Amino acid sequence: MTLSPPLGLLAEITHRCPLQCPYCSNPLELVARSGELPTETWLDIIDQAAALGILQIHFSGGEPMARSDLAQLIARADQCGLYANLITSGVQLTPETLAPLVAAGLPHVQLSFQDIETAAADTMSGYRGSLEKKLAAARHVTAAGLSLTANFVIQRENCARVPEMIQLGLALGVHRIEIAHVQYHGWSMVNRSRLLPSREQLDAVTAAVEQARAAHAGRLVIDYVIPDYYADYPKACMAGWGRRFINVSPAGNVLPCHAAETITAAPIPNITTASLAEIWNESALFNLYRGTGWMAEPCRSCERRELDWGGCRCQALALTGDAAATDPVCSRSVDRPKIDAALAEAASGDADLVYRRYGGAPSLSAVIARSGATKQSRARDGSGLLRSARNDDKK
Amino acid sequence: MTEPLGPKAIPGFPRHVRFQFDAVRERWVVLAPERMFVPDEQAVEILKLVDGLRSVESIAAELAARYQAPEDIVLADVAVMLADLAARGALQVA
Repeated sequence: MTLSPPLGLLAEITHRCPLQCPYCSNPLELVARSGELPTETWLDIIDQAAALGILQIHFSGGEPMARSDLAQLIARADQCGLYANLITSGVQLTPETLAPLVAAGLPHVQLSFQDIETAAADTMSGYRGSLEKKLAAARHVTAAGLSLTANFVIQRENCARVPEMIQLGLALGVHRIEIAHVQYHGWSMVNRSRLLPSREQLDAVTAAVEQARAAHAGRLVIDYVIPDYYADYPKACMAGWGRRFINVSPAGNVLPCHAAETITAAPIPNITTASLAEIWNESALFNLYRGTGWMAEPCRSCERRELDWGGCRCQALALTGDAAATDPVCSRSVDRPKIDAALAEAASGDADLVYRRYGGAPSLSAVIARSGATKQSRARDGSGLLRSARNDDKK
Repeated sequence: MTEPLGPKAIPGFPRHVRFQFDAVRERWVVLAPERMFVPDEQAVEILKLVDGLRSVESIAAELAARYQAPEDIVLADVAVMLADLAARGALQVA
């Protein structure tokens, strides 16, 4: 069987970000500015991506607008025939900063929203005045004639406002809305018990999305991502390991997904020592969980094995200690009780949020202790973690 | 079921949608935000005539002449195919 080339490249060009969202998908260990790839390397990655067959490139981070060479990278992507998508918080997006990106050929912007109420948005983003700046950014994007996606990140404290979020998206003139429940990796795993919605909350969001889809069919695309803890079967994470996507970290690590640095069963390839094609085709990491040959039961004989590809490897590792295990959200997994326990714990979860900051991450053992903690021990460990996290940040 | 486009409707690609040849896979693709469509051979010939100026009936007339096919049947196919892509946000219709 010949290997299909990848379709999409997630270019995490920096981890620097003015926001501090406690559910950030970045790894707990953030890359400092001094560790970022230089412009020439990113230009080379873009050339290699196009030659390899990649059709879409997502400039992400951190905040990709924190890099001054973003327009240069977008222009190269456009010249190579790559469809460029800017995934941004929008707080640095003004007519002046947007203009060079438009000139470079950017067709689409995806703007994240933490909430649609000012105070709640400030709390969740750790950035005062974020909502006002994002609303202005949305207007600049549509005024420039670009396509806009509004990405609303959903967790228990804002999920009641989903109908209003969709109305806001319509009022802003977006082509596409994402209603995306937080997924639990990295920073969001640290804060899981504060973020997971209840089953009733989730059902209300799902109903609101279905109603809006019917009401605006043909005019508005709504993509919906549920918290997979409530699913009976796992998500087809990244459409399967090493099947469609490549993620490049700010330091040039080439990964099957943005959380794959947690996988230790194979060395992490880096673009400074191998080509994108070599890494895609030949690296141990990309071949580790590719296809179905690596699967054990219950995946191996499951009729869904080429629908969900065993689910998420990073989630399997984080929750079972074995990256080759069936994703524990699966109702057929022996580890499903771990998910149910997390849901039960979240029902009474009230720990303080740990914000995403350089040096702000608790140690891995502390994360495990925290996420598995009883209410009593969390009250002790959790508050201490938060304090030390904040102190570290001030150094 | 999506309503077919009317014969006078004028389809066009929005600025944020790209219809291009994928040289690595040797096929045409339609690229949109977080979306990719792979039109079949017949759809590709239709989409090559979409320029934001020509109407559905004009596109159908050209294809009917080129392939010596009955114009009413071609028109019906073209109107359905373009309506489907428009419903998915990959075409705008004036």
